[in-house]
Amino acid sequence: MGMSLSAQQGDVLIKNGTVITITDGVKENTDVLIRNGKIKQIGEGLSVGDDVKVIDADGMYVMPGIIDAHSHVGIDVVNEATAPVTAEVFVGDVINPYSVPIYRALAGGVSVSHAMHGSANAIGGQCETIKHHYGEEDPTTYQMKDAPRTIKFALGENPMRVHGEGNGIQPKTRMGIEQVFRKAFAEGQEYQNAWKKYNSGGAQVAPEYNLRKQTLADILNGDIIIHCHSYRADEILMLMDVLGDYGVNKICFQHVNEGFKVAPELAAFGATASVFADWWAYKFEVYYSTAYNAAILTKNGVVTSINSDSGELIRHLYHEAGKSQKYGDLTDNEALRLITLNPAIQLGIDDKVGSLEVGKDGDVAVFNNHPLSIYAVPQYTIVDGIVRFDINEDPDDMRLDINPDESFPAFHELNAHDEHRCMEGVYEFLFHQH
Amino acid sequence: MRIQSILYTLVLVFTVSWLSSQQIAKSEKGSFLLKNGTLVTVTNGTFKSDLLLKDGKIAEIGESLSAGDGVTVVDCSDKIVYPGFIDGGTQLGLQEIGAVSLTSDHNEIGSFIPHMEALTAVNPNGVAIPVTRVNGITSAIVMPTGGRFPGTAALINLHGYTPQQMFAGYKAVVMNYPSSGKRGRRDRRSEEDIKKDSEKARKELNESWKKVKLYANIDAASKSSNQEKSDYNPAMDAMVDVANGDQQIMIEVNKKADIEAAIKWVQENNLNAVLTGVKEGYRVADELAEAGIPVIVGPVLSIPSRLSDKYDVAYANPGLMAKAGVKVALRTNSYENVRNLPYDAGFAATYGMGTEEALKAITINPAEIFGVADQLGSLEVGKQGNIFVADGDPFETRTRINHLFIGEYKVPLESRHTLLYDEFLNRDPGVEKK
Repeated sequence: MGMSLSAQQGDVLIKNGTVITITDGVKENTDVLIRNGKIKQIGEGLSVGDDVKVIDADGMYVMPGIIDAHSHVGIDVVNEATAPVTAEVFVGDVINPYSVPIYRALAGGVSVSHAMHGSANAIGGQCETIKHHYGEEDPTTYQMKDAPRTIKFALGENPMRVHGEGNGIQPKTRMGIEQVFRKAFAEGQEYQNAWKKYNSGGAQVAPEYNLRKQTLADILNGDIIIHCHSYRADEILMLMDVLGDYGVNKICFQHVNEGFKVAPELAAFGATASVFADWWAYKFEVYYSTAYNAAILTKNGVVTSINSDSGELIRHLYHEAGKSQKYGDLTDNEALRLITLNPAIQLGIDDKVGSLEVGKDGDVAVFNNHPLSIYAVPQYTIVDGIVRFDINEDPDDMRLDINPDESFPAFHELNAHDEHRCMEGVYEFLFHQH
Repeated sequence: MRIQSILYTLVLVFTVSWLSSQQIAKSEKGSFLLKNGTLVTVTNGTFKSDLLLKDGKIAEIGESLSAGDGVTVVDCSDKIVYPGFIDGGTQLGLQEIGAVSLTSDHNEIGSFIPHMEALTAVNPNGVAIPVTRVNGITSAIVMPTGGRFPGTAALINLHGYTPQQMFAGYKAVVMNYPSSGKRGRRDRRSEEDIKKDSEKARKELNESWKKVKLYANIDAASKSSNQEKSDYNPAMDAMVDVANGDQQIMIEVNKKADIEAAIKWVQENNLNAVLTGVKEGYRVADELAEAGIPVIVGPVLSIPSRLSDKYDVAYANPGLMAKAGVKVALRTNSYENVRNLPYDAGFAATYGMGTEEALKAITINPAEIFGVADQLGSLEVGKQGNIFVADGDPFETRTRINHLFIGEYKVPLESRHTLLYDEFLNRDPGVEKK
């Protein structure tokens, strides 16, 4: 946190592409002009001076930079698993600008991701919305300017296992989890009232400053958007009840595999949902899942996104969005909204990114085929008008720091599941614990 | 006590049967005439034709075939007919829920246990099986995981009520070649320690292999002199055919140096081998081609194994090997999302393999590698009726699978995922209370 530097902002003209705006239809043979990092003009036959980089997008598809509402790329640690409530910690403090996975995400057309705390605690740390300015070496340049504060909550098996089974303290059940929230919110309210009393002269001595309680008070005041790891229908209803009691409604349910069961309730509450395209069965609480989740939620009026939670999936969110056509017949625009405007809404940044509109940030992904086709390959990813991925200038080795003790970069016997980091730092011997 | 233990058994029985209850419609047994479809035969080109399925076999391919008595006509106008896809490596039916270890049946205790039969532990009613089927996958290798020789893999068709009904005529002993790579990001061993460990493991492997060969020789000698074998040694018995080159061995090996060592080891011991995983196969593609050893690669949708690798190496790997002349089959290496096999093939196709070769990698190539090309892998008269009908390119996520046949059964395209969609899309009641 604190002072942050600005990343470079650039100028670029993307010529003659099929422009998928998301909010204003699809425009053939259209140019997109970015000036000083912002979209200045969208139209036909735009021209610029020699000083501006021109991308020939003839035969290509131009869409808003993809946004991942749930990711752990680009951060050094994920979980502060020391207590059921750790609202005082910041993911923004552990951004690693040398993280090659950020470049790999750019190579999948992703310009913005939500770097999240893990799911070990009922109330985890505050998250950071980052722009993929890979190449910049100051971590603060990754923090997205003016993005609202967000915080990670978690329901169900993960906090139950870490604290109840692991440490023998509440919560060990979903009953306990409810009471963790109720107690934390009560403390936040008490803390806020104590300060109000002091500030209005009702108390002689100021309350002791407490960042955890202050953060809880900020949540109650609606200053922080909650992003809650959740799976089962009952726990989703529980949290909406608790939030309803405190008049809080800024919530995006993450994963939310059983969201489809309570889609009408989610819509009525105004909650949003950020889901996997097809992940299921990796633990008991996702056994009763359906890949039609995104479609059911969308058709019930819930603002829905598809996220990665994985250093692998983040590389092909366009393909993950395509699965919503197999599982539920979403239109092209509905499917692409799942990875553009909808996650932008969930992160509170839809006034800046998520669609191609004049005045928005110059975040663009260019594909050689329609992005929902399996044959689509990202060609350019532009962030704030700077080309951060260009398939024609893509050296194999994109590391920014090299370990001098390593003769050759080590080979890792990974499988895809090793890249899921939601429970990293907690139960290292268990994988597949999103 | 006795009653308690009976009760306990009953609870277990009910729990297990509840976990695996299908609730999907029965398959339809019969003969079927697929009229006016475009047949992608894989081995004999693509053309418009009728196809008659009789007694579970492809009885006839030709124009204007007439349906005899009791033959159900399936209109395939504007549709494409494909041979069912084959996944070259999964834990389908061997794992029900990822994080619930007691639902895992692929990782037995022991390092030298080749007699552990994956086929024994396949749950024909595993919920993931219909989920897989509805995407056009009709056969899969089920394989054990774990130590040096974790067991014996089997090829199954994805229809049947007993493992034997599902068995598709191929088994192979599985071996994990000693790795000189890091186990994962949390492997803190030094380069030197990793080297020492892998050298030690190779030495141990060679020592056990000497014993295997000795045992095979004794076995041959005792057979030729009609002597009875003295000791019960199922592990060694399972190796005899492998040592003699009569049975295939699947060798999991991924790192370049390890692949090179494995090729040498296979040649020295005159084994009938297929290499699996083979993540750095593209780095030794010519050596693999020259050795004539086929490979099973995947998941294609994986992150690179080294931080210095180009972002798309895993996507490009199958195509690079195929171009060098290696026989390539693909696998998902999954238990719950084997349904994504067409998309693994699609990414391989897009990143250099081409659609035709990628299609072979999930049809005729695995059939040939497993010695079942007389039964599976293409649309040819006399082969088993593992077939699906789609309304487009099955690698594309927008494509629908319309019909699916396995042997003499027309299998309903239902799964937990489709049934939950049907129930919850327009939930009734909605938000109103009762």
